[in-house]
Amino acid sequence: MTATPTALARPVVLQRRSSLATAWIRFRRNCVAMAALIFIVLQILVAVFAPFIAPYDPLRGDYTATWQLPGGKYLLGTDDLGRDVLSRLIFGARVSLSVGIVSQLIVVLIGLPIGALAGLLGGWVDYIVMRIVDILSSLPGMLLYILLMVALGAGFFNIIIAMAVTGWIGIARLVRGQVLSLKETDYVRAARAMGAGTRHIVLTHLVRNSLTPVIVSWTLGVPGAMFAEAGLSFLGLGIPPPTPSWGQMIGLYQGYIRTSWHLVVFPAIVLAVTMLAWILLGDGLRDALDPSIRL
Amino acid sequence: MVRYILVRLSGVIGVLLAVSLLTFFLMHAIPGGPFDAWALEKAQMIPQEIMDNLNAKYGLDKPVWQQYLLFLRNAIRLDFGYSFSSTGRTILQIFRDQWPYSIQLGLLTLAFSSVVGLGLGIAAAIKQGTWVDYLGTAVSIFCLVTPSFVFAVLLQFIFSVKLGWLPTGGWDTPQQWIMPVLANSLGPVLILQRYTRSSMVDVMRANYVRTARAKGLSERVVILVHVFKNALTPVVTVAGPMTAGLITGSFFIESIFRIPGIGAYWVNAIRARDYPMIMATTMAWTALISLTYLVTDLIYALIDPRVTYVKEK
Repeated sequence: MTATPTALARPVVLQRRSSLATAWIRFRRNCVAMAALIFIVLQILVAVFAPFIAPYDPLRGDYTATWQLPGGKYLLGTDDLGRDVLSRLIFGARVSLSVGIVSQLIVVLIGLPIGALAGLLGGWVDYIVMRIVDILSSLPGMLLYILLMVALGAGFFNIIIAMAVTGWIGIARLVRGQVLSLKETDYVRAARAMGAGTRHIVLTHLVRNSLTPVIVSWTLGVPGAMFAEAGLSFLGLGIPPPTPSWGQMIGLYQGYIRTSWHLVVFPAIVLAVTMLAWILLGDGLRDALDPSIRL
Repeated sequence: MVRYILVRLSGVIGVLLAVSLLTFFLMHAIPGGPFDAWALEKAQMIPQEIMDNLNAKYGLDKPVWQQYLLFLRNAIRLDFGYSFSSTGRTILQIFRDQWPYSIQLGLLTLAFSSVVGLGLGIAAAIKQGTWVDYLGTAVSIFCLVTPSFVFAVLLQFIFSVKLGWLPTGGWDTPQQWIMPVLANSLGPVLILQRYTRSSMVDVMRANYVRTARAKGLSERVVILVHVFKNALTPVVTVAGPMTAGLITGSFFIESIFRIPGIGAYWVNAIRARDYPMIMATTMAWTALISLTYLVTDLIYALIDPRVTYVKEK
């Protein structure tokens, strides 16, 4: 051993890993969640590079080959206008994924500060926020969506607005509950005793520690939003044609299932598998980020 | 207790007022009125003079806040007036004729999904890590990722088109009930299976269950008396609001299987700008959901002696 005196004088420090790195190591061990993550990353890449991957133009029909069944020149068949189903599915990923991801990001951006403020300030702020939450959550499920979509008109951004208006209450309630219970913990009291400012306590202690459930709820909100988009598009209130989305494809062609099953079955499978991947990712994240679960 | 119920009921009235205000003004903010929608549907122009007369007859020419006050005054007496889209029928008549279909569909769905969901949940909790447990997980994942309208269309494809066993729609014979109930029960089965399993697993780890086993009670008695009774409490809290959601009908299921229930009427009312129908349905469902939350909380206090809403002196 050729340890120098200075090295000896220093106390042996165990290699410190950030909590994020630990979570990543735990997450990597979970094969199912990793598979889901890889699937989602691949799907996002496919959506981003859709024009280079799709074999045909999703909007341009081949009028000599309408209603083709799967196989042959068009791998998954064609629809009533001779448009390639595979290409429409690939371009549909853009709509479905971006509706899911963007709407839930906005939901977090609205819900997190509102929930944190309600939990922190208490009193009349909390009262008003909770009454709004009560009112919005006692409205029947699809009503606000449908009313807003009819009022705003079908379209990509309007779907995101409709989801943001209704979606933030879940996150707000979650963060409020977290902040209320964290506020009373010893380490927050210790931080306050050491003279930490409210700003510091809120940002580093309260918000950071309620991020785990927020991240998990975000990954579970994404398939929920895709589900709702599919339902609205099925009703004809979502993405207006000709832009393809998975739910809209299912809705438009459900009447033709007797003769052209591929127009409904393929989008249904893609939608189901994508939702499954997001749900498994959420489960994996919850296990990885929760320090109380030993993996 | 009475005080608690009264406080909660006044809360329900507040929520109803807020929801009615929100829906009324949102509804009137939507471009186009009921007669525009009618003209569009019939592909027929209505001369402006006739349009003005119609609007005047139904009070649609008044300022929106006056219409709202009028609505409130009549709604208190449960008078919602005539429907704009189903001509000649009052809203109450539509509810009386159409709602029973949705209630029947909802209750059948509830019965079916309780048997399947509770059964799978209990079996999965007792036989953890066996094929029964995995079957329960597989079923609940299927329910989670399959939208009900997709499942409905697939059922129709398999059982009506390919096999020819069941009729594609209608609501007269029990054969016609099978597919709608199956398609409608995806969500309820998922919720019931997951909640029952996790709640059973929690209770089975409790000390009093270990005590019961240590006393030498048979496994049957332990599961039925000690575990199941206590595990039921959280299940009841989700089952209440779920039932309310079920008996208000489902637009998707009712329109795919051509069931004349109230769910399809409601969505079509929004499209047709049928103001009285939109308001009546929204108010009815909001009241129903809020009251179910209240009843659920009361049942919760009844079956769990630790829960009380009366402050001790």
